[in-house]
Amino acid sequence: MEILDKLKEDIRGELEGVSLVIGWERGYDSLHTTPLFIRCPEDIDRLIWNPLCVHNLASYLPWFKGRRVGILVKGCDSRTVIQLLQERLIQREEVVIFGIPCQGVVDLAKIRARVDCSQVRGVSFKGDKIAIETPQGQRELPLEEILATKCISCQYPTPLIYDHLAGEAISSHRPPGLLFAEVEKIEKLDPKERFAYWQQELQRCIRCYACRNACPLCVCQDFCAADARDPHWLSQKTGIGEKFMWQILHAIHLAGRCTDCGECERACPMDIPIQRIRKKINKEIKELFGYEAGVNLEVTPPLYTFQVEEPAIKEREW
Amino acid sequence: MSGMERKELRIVGFLCNWCSYGGADTAGVSRFKQPTDLRIIRVPCSGRVDPLLVVKAFMEGADGVLVSGCHPRDCHYAEGNFYARRRLEVLKRFLPFMGIEPGRFEYTWVSASEGARWQKVVTEFTNQIHRLGPIRRKGDGGGDIR
Repeated sequence: MEILDKLKEDIRGELEGVSLVIGWERGYDSLHTTPLFIRCPEDIDRLIWNPLCVHNLASYLPWFKGRRVGILVKGCDSRTVIQLLQERLIQREEVVIFGIPCQGVVDLAKIRARVDCSQVRGVSFKGDKIAIETPQGQRELPLEEILATKCISCQYPTPLIYDHLAGEAISSHRPPGLLFAEVEKIEKLDPKERFAYWQQELQRCIRCYACRNACPLCVCQDFCAADARDPHWLSQKTGIGEKFMWQILHAIHLAGRCTDCGECERACPMDIPIQRIRKKINKEIKELFGYEAGVNLEVTPPLYTFQVEEPAIKEREW
Repeated sequence: MSGMERKELRIVGFLCNWCSYGGADTAGVSRFKQPTDLRIIRVPCSGRVDPLLVVKAFMEGADGVLVSGCHPRDCHYAEGNFYARRRLEVLKRFLPFMGIEPGRFEYTWVSASEGARWQKVVTEFTNQIHRLGPIRRKGDGGGDIR
């Protein structure tokens, strides 16, 4: 609990100078959390911090441009803040960053697959286990089993940028080799199988654009290419082609920008593993330009710049 | 050359106005024989080619897409093709992940004076697409992408 106490103390100290602080509070049941907007000292008591605080709150930051706001970030969320700063979508002096060293958050889909979550009565954390109380009795699950995929290969548990840090900085104990494990699995298939794989996954897509709306780097808001009539990138047809087009469109607009926070996949109501599409581009960007989005504030994102001689690009000579 | 011997495929070419389009013109003026599968779309610069244009072409049923611009350092707009090179390289590595075979998309550089080179590029690329065949045959299990 000491992380939470430190957070509350830091927020109390800063609240005067900001219009609001964004954190997490209990949602409609104890298994779900929801973003909390702290505007007055009384709101601070509702703040919580535990592995259920899944949301990347940095998604809200571009909305508050022009106002000074405080934000709570985990290690992964801090990368989004850095990327937003790099693209000048937010100003450094307009954000107060409360960093939290994070040991990983849960993937609710993984819990739902193991426990019937329709009537959760209580949730508690005991060491590295989560105990969920339902009318059928109490179920204990090891946290390691239900951690979000991004946490299993997390390289940045401590925020890379912060004004206040709650607790001691921790370093990653996760093997970096796992970072692209799922991508590599798909790469091993031949093109026909790959197409069949995506066809099977993407046919579930209902184009609700939850992935876009949750994405902290989708900042076009009302000017999204997917909604444009001219050019008409996407029609109102319901075929698989439009679903492919949408997912590729999103991934390409994130090329060299995606910080791998996993909000797209978490928000997907059809549980489609869409983060893999973004991850594939991240992998190529890393190989080509040695760049990881949201890690270094000083570097220009690779697609916003160029080199006259590209050492990594082997252009085809016909 | 091709139309009589084999079924024509749909290949889309995005050519920059200043070099490759001129190169294709030079090839035509010089009466070099070329396959006729390629449909040319003239763009101001290879930097104008949004990767999504390529994706959209595939989704609309193109069997192959070729982007061609000025040689690096020779861009009419000084640096358009440098940006294009980065984007197109990422796209080229990404498309196979979604199930579009490697080789269906290529980018290259042809200058306005290189008529012979244009002939070589278009012939080789067309042959490459013919080896891969139409992008989705009806009834191959995958079905039509549309």
